[in-house]
Amino acid sequence: MQQTRVIEIWVGLFVAIGMIALFFLAMQVSNLSDLKIDDKSYKITAHFENAGSLKVKAPVSMAGVRIGRVSAIQFDKDAYEAIVEMRIDPAYDTLPIDTTANVLTAGLLGEQYVGLSPGGSEEYLKDGDEIELTQSAMVLEEVISRFLFNKAEGGGEKSQGDAEGEESDEADKR
Amino acid sequence: MLGRTTLDGLQKLGRANLFLLHALTGLPDILWRLWVLWAQVYSVGVLSILIVVVSGLFVGMVLGLQGHYVLSDFGAEQTLGVMVAASLVRELGPVVTALLFAGRAGSALTAEIGLMKATEQLSGMEMMAVDPVRRIIAPRLFAGIVSMPLLACLFSMIGVLGGYFVGVGLLGVDDGAFWSQMRARIDFYDDILNGVIKSLVFGVVVTWIAVFEGYDSIPTSEGVSRATTRSVVYSAFAVLGWDFVLTALMFGED
Repeated sequence: MQQTRVIEIWVGLFVAIGMIALFFLAMQVSNLSDLKIDDKSYKITAHFENAGSLKVKAPVSMAGVRIGRVSAIQFDKDAYEAIVEMRIDPAYDTLPIDTTANVLTAGLLGEQYVGLSPGGSEEYLKDGDEIELTQSAMVLEEVISRFLFNKAEGGGEKSQGDAEGEESDEADKR
Repeated sequence: MLGRTTLDGLQKLGRANLFLLHALTGLPDILWRLWVLWAQVYSVGVLSILIVVVSGLFVGMVLGLQGHYVLSDFGAEQTLGVMVAASLVRELGPVVTALLFAGRAGSALTAEIGLMKATEQLSGMEMMAVDPVRRIIAPRLFAGIVSMPLLACLFSMIGVLGGYFVGVGLLGVDDGAFWSQMRARIDFYDDILNGVIKSLVFGVVVTWIAVFEGYDSIPTSEGVSRATTRSVVYSAFAVLGWDFVLTALMFGED
């Protein structure tokens, strides 16, 4: 009888571990669960003309150091813009109120993240504040089409900025 | 000669299928006496936990290392989590677990049943009007079918944690990006449930081959040893073949 009990306990444990593993895969690995937000962090929002392929939980960094995460990305149907909600670590509570937010890409093919550049104000961002100065994500097609457009236009007269003109010259040589 | 081999092969295939149907009719008996099933789940599943956990850990860690090596060339280390998790839940989890399961549990089942046959325990049961297929085979078959998905889930979980340990802990991939990219790309129904279905199919295939080879073995010590070898070899072939078919069915379109 003792033997029976031991085996049943082991089998119960086995089934429980298997279930925990499935639960882990469902909640932690797949997209089934929603984001859990650290309660102590504070929230700031920013409007972007284009959020690119920014994802929830992407890092928010300043000077290359991660200071928070993107907690929600929504569409503002009045302004036709993306509203990005960020959770910032409470340790970094001295972000100037005129901080700039950019959607940047890590590496050539890496994921997109929000980069913050500090302003010069003495006032600091608080919970629920909005970053006014934003620069939207770089969309490759737009950059290329602008480049081609400039190249076509600047073929005879180099009116559109010297740097871009030089780039197009380099491209011609290739 | 060739004709005889073909006919023998067909006969064995037919026998194996009839045997499976016969064993499946033992399901009501098992539900009535669940204790028999638990005893087999213990010997087939619980005793396989250790090998599955250790292998899963190392497979996940290797995936982390190799994935990082390739992905860092493209500056895409942060997709390491996706790579590790996708390869584990879709392929490696079910397949490697099934291969380990065939080696650890399948061979033991074949040897056990083969020895029961060699020592005439099975014919003794028949003499007492006890159906050995229902009484001996069916609980082992269902224990394998129950255990395989659980073991495969365990393997995938440990593997992901191993990849996390190497990727984030040793190679410095961003913690949040590892999980966030993984969660964004791994779909519960498309990836994880399909992996579970795969492991269920492999559980049926591996256990079926194991018990059939044991039951069909020549009742001598040499016959049992050959049956055990065949059980592992056929299981490996069957798992890899079925894996291709299932992958083509499940993930072929996207």
